[in-house]
Amino acid sequence: MSATSTEITAGEVQTIVAARRLRNTKTVFIGVGRPSTAALLARMVHNPELILVYESGTIGAKPFHIPLSIGDGELAETADSIVSVPEMFSYWIGAGRIDVAFLGAAQIDRHANLNSTVIGEYANPKTRLPGAGGAPEIAASCGEVIVIAPHAKRTFVEKLDFVTTVGHGDGPGARERLGFRGRGPTAVITDLGVLEPDADSCELMLTQIHPGVEVDKVREETGWELAVAENLKTTEPPTSEELSALRELLDR
Amino acid sequence: MRTIAGGALAELMPLHDAVAELVGNGDSVALEGFTHLIPFEAGHELIRQGRRELELIRMTPDLLYDQMIGMGVARRLVFSYGGNPGVGGLHRFRDVVENGWPHPVEIEEHSHAGMANRYAAGAARMPCAIMRGYVGTDLMAHTTVAPITCPFTGETLTAVPALRPDVAIVHAQEADRDGNVQLWGIPGVQKEAVLAAARSLVTVERIVDQLELRPGGIVIPEWVISAVSEAPGGSRPSYSLGITDRDNDFYRFWDKMSRDRDQFRAWMEENVLGKGVSKT
Repeated sequence: MSATSTEITAGEVQTIVAARRLRNTKTVFIGVGRPSTAALLARMVHNPELILVYESGTIGAKPFHIPLSIGDGELAETADSIVSVPEMFSYWIGAGRIDVAFLGAAQIDRHANLNSTVIGEYANPKTRLPGAGGAPEIAASCGEVIVIAPHAKRTFVEKLDFVTTVGHGDGPGARERLGFRGRGPTAVITDLGVLEPDADSCELMLTQIHPGVEVDKVREETGWELAVAENLKTTEPPTSEELSALRELLDR
Repeated sequence: MRTIAGGALAELMPLHDAVAELVGNGDSVALEGFTHLIPFEAGHELIRQGRRELELIRMTPDLLYDQMIGMGVARRLVFSYGGNPGVGGLHRFRDVVENGWPHPVEIEEHSHAGMANRYAAGAARMPCAIMRGYVGTDLMAHTTVAPITCPFTGETLTAVPALRPDVAIVHAQEADRDGNVQLWGIPGVQKEAVLAAARSLVTVERIVDQLELRPGGIVIPEWVISAVSEAPGGSRPSYSLGITDRDNDFYRFWDKMSRDRDQFRAWMEENVLGKGVSKT
C-alpha cells in the first residue's frame, strides 16, 4: 500500500530511493546529511544487516539518531570497530573493502565527475567550498559510487569549475587508464529522478523519474542536453512503511 | 626544547605556560582531532597570547581554525576539508580565501587520504608516503604531490610529502602524573600528529593517579610528549567521549553567527579573549 502522494516531499522520495539502492549491499560508506539518513532508513526497512562505515573511522556504526557530523559520539559508541584515519583510508577505503559509497557535490557533469572545491577560479574563487575531504580516493576505490544531489541547473553543469573527484573522467576507458579499481558512479539520485551512466558512452542518462515529475522539468534543470532512456521507469511511490520509518527517524 | 630522542618526562604544566613555551610566531602548528577531541582550549590560548604568522595544519579546519583564521593567527593553511560537518561552510575560512579578510593567507590543500598518509610518513620519519590517489583531479596541479613508479610492479602511484610540524597539539581524556596520555573513541590522526611533530602538547580532561587501560584506548607514552596540560572541557564544542558531549547546537549557531565579521569579533572578544587561563 502506498501513502498519499500529496503528503510526500521530493526530498523524502530522494532519500527513500537512495535507501532502496542498498537492499543487497554489504557495506556502505556515508557522509553526513541525506546519505546518512538514507543508510539509516535502509537498516530499518530494506537491509537490517547493512554495515555503515563513516570516514571518522567508525566501522559498523548503528546510530539510533541521525548524526550531525561524521564523528558524533553515538557512532563511536555503537561501532563494531573504530580505526584511525590513516587506517580507514589505507586498509578499508584504499584497499577496496567498501561496496558502495554515497557522495554529494556542488557540481556534477555528464560523466559524473564532481566538484566540491570552488565555484569560479581556483586562485580567486567566487565561492570557496569545503574541498575534497575523502571523496577522490573514495570514488576511485570503493566498489561503486552513488551520488546524491539536488537537481538544479547550477549543480548539473556542462563543465565543472574544478575536478575534485573523478567519476567517469572523459568517458569510456578513463577509469582504467587512471588505474582506478572501483566501478565509479552507477547512479545519481536527485529529487527529480535517477540518472545512470550509459553502458557505452558513460554519459549520465535519465533512467527513472519520480512520480509527478515531467521529463521536461528534468531537462530544464540539467545543464547539458540530457539523454533519456528508452525504457524510462517511474519511481515506485514510497510505501507507507518506508514513509513512516523515515519520518520516525527524522523525529528522533 | 625536547627532542624525539630526549627521553625525558613530559612536563605537566599550566596551559598558558605550555603554549608560551612550545609555540612561537611563525611556527607550523597542527591541532588535530577528527570531529572528536578537538583541542579548542589550546587553540583559544594561542589566540589569547596573540600568536601570529602560524602555518596552521589540520585535516578538517572545523570551527577552531575558523576562529583562529578570523582572529588573524594564520599565515598559511594546510587542510583537506574546510567545512562545518553536517551544517555547511566555514564563513571565516571562506572570507579569508574569497576576500583576504582579515589578511590574505596561503593555502595548500589535499585529500583526507593524502593528509593521513602525510602524517603517517612524518611519524615514521620517512620523507614521503606512497599511495593511490589524486590522479585525474585538478587538485594535483594545485598541491604538492608527485607521481612515482613502483620499482617492483611498474605501477604509477602518488607520492605525498611527509608532514613535520614544529608543534602538534591534541586533546585526550586523561593523563597520569608522569604525562602518559590515554585517549579512546575516534582516534583520528592524533597519535600520528604527535609523532610527526618536533614538539607536542596534549591537553587532557583530567589528570589521574593511574591510567586504567581501556579497550580500544590509545596510550601515547610520556617520552614522546613535550608537555601535558589539564584543560577540563577543553574540547568543547567538540567532545571527549565518555566525559563531554558534542554540542551540535553550537555548530549550528556558529553557522549563523560567524557570517558577519563584527558579530564574529564581538563573540570572540566576549567568549575567548575575555575568558580562559591566559595570565600576564
